[in-house]
Amino acid sequence: MNESILNVKNLNVWYRDFQALKDVNIDILSNKVTALIGPSGCGKSTMLRCINRMNDLIPDAKVHGEINFNGENINSNQLDPIDIRSKIGMVFQKPNPFPKSIFDNVAFGLRINGFKGSIEDEVEKSLKKAALWEDVKDRLKDGALELSGGQQQRLCIARTLAVNPQVMLMDEPASALDPIATLAIEELIRDLCSEVSIVIVTHNMQQAARISHRTAFFMVDQDRCGYMVEEGETNQIFTDPQDERTESYITGRFS
Amino acid sequence: MPRENFDREISAVSNDLLILGGMVDKAIESSMIALKNMDNQLAKDIIFQDDFIDRKQIDIEERCNNLIATQQPMASDLRTLISIIHIGVELERMGDYAEGIAKIAIQMGKEGPLKPLIDIPAMADISRDMLSKSLDSLVNRDLIAARNVLKQDDEVDQLYQRVFQELLGMMNADADVIKRATYLLWVAHDLERVADRATNVSERVIYLITGKLEN
Ligand SMILES: Nc1ncnc2c1ncn2[C@@H]1O[C@H](COP(=O)(O)OP(=O)(O)O)[C@@H](O)[C@H]1O
Ligand SMILES: [Mg+2]
Repeated sequence: MNESILNVKNLNVWYRDFQALKDVNIDILSNKVTALIGPSGCGKSTMLRCINRMNDLIPDAKVHGEINFNGENINSNQLDPIDIRSKIGMVFQKPNPFPKSIFDNVAFGLRINGFKGSIEDEVEKSLKKAALWEDVKDRLKDGALELSGGQQQRLCIARTLAVNPQVMLMDEPASALDPIATLAIEELIRDLCSEVSIVIVTHNMQQAARISHRTAFFMVDQDRCGYMVEEGETNQIFTDPQDERTESYITGRFS
Repeated sequence: MPRENFDREISAVSNDLLILGGMVDKAIESSMIALKNMDNQLAKDIIFQDDFIDRKQIDIEERCNNLIATQQPMASDLRTLISIIHIGVELERMGDYAEGIAKIAIQMGKEGPLKPLIDIPAMADISRDMLSKSLDSLVNRDLIAARNVLKQDDEVDQLYQRVFQELLGMMNADADVIKRATYLLWVAHDLERVADRATNVSERVIYLITGKLEN
């Protein structure tokens, strides 16, 4: 039942001499939503970037440890980061559609991956999964930038889904959106986890509590180095956390 | 610092819960006096006072609901508020049993109780002790004390069985006493329920402390 899709072992990350994450060990479960919470600067985004090798793009970053995915270590130089990123997609805080048509935004990933089938069908399928199809089916040729913020974010989710990833990473995907659009994204996340395992960073604890199955709480030590305090069933973390530091943080009594 | 207001309100509402507990305890105590002394005025007073108990319970529940809606309490804060709501309801029900006993006292009229009251006041004493200890265990977050209250419930159950058998025997022997025996049976039953409610309070305290619901 609770099969893990990602197994993170002794993950340590540095930016030059500064250690941003220390000894992180966590299993990310398949077809579940896992939320990473914690004060800003505790390494949540760093952690996400490790999972799809985005830290490769930061020259100062050094990543040690294992992230096992389909029996292979993502950190290994043998693996192609582009290939990893098609299996492990990322959605960012600010919606970042390309300045192209709605259709092209979703079709883009399919084209560069040399997709052979009907691109039209795939685009429709992805837009449906992202709960955007009804909004845009009559104006697929319109520019993506004409969409509202919430729609743009769902478009970015559709674009990520189009290449059939196994994991979707989301870094504060709703923090730039209004409450209604936020709700739509939250519903979508819960629906999508039947197809894709989701790891989401959010600074909004209620959001983490609402949408995730599992929650991992991160903190920083006196050297501002991030580490994971505890991880568990979301219900348990928010009603009866085992670690006092988690309790203080989620009750808002964090010193 | 918004959390300070939140903490203040949680402790204010906890305090009111204890006041509610005190009101209920007083009602149970008075109901025994009204029964023993055939004091109609006291019995009417208990019935009148029950409205204040009901209102206090509603006030506590509303304030907890507001805190849940506006403060998004988590972890032990959440458990505290949920426990306060439940305990408030349990206390209010205990007040209803005291009111029930007061009504029986009035119905009994000048005849008074069928037999000298011995086991029934003992049941009331243990129930009130359970109530006060369960609320102490809440204040002190004392898991052992809360669990001890659960054991006291067995004593009340045994007393109830004894009263029940005794009254049943009297009814079998003499059909003329059935009405008056039934009054006392109701009283005993109400007290048995009071003790059950005190047990529920303790179970909520245990939940508040451990995060686990036991029974
Ligand atoms: N590209 C970078 N270069 C240097 N330091 C970085 C870089 N990115 C993040 N950091 C530092 O690493 C720590 C963790 O950052 P981040 O992962 O963004 O935290 P979070 O997402 O939890 O707010 C912070 O102290 C941040 O300043
Ligand atoms: Mg971040």
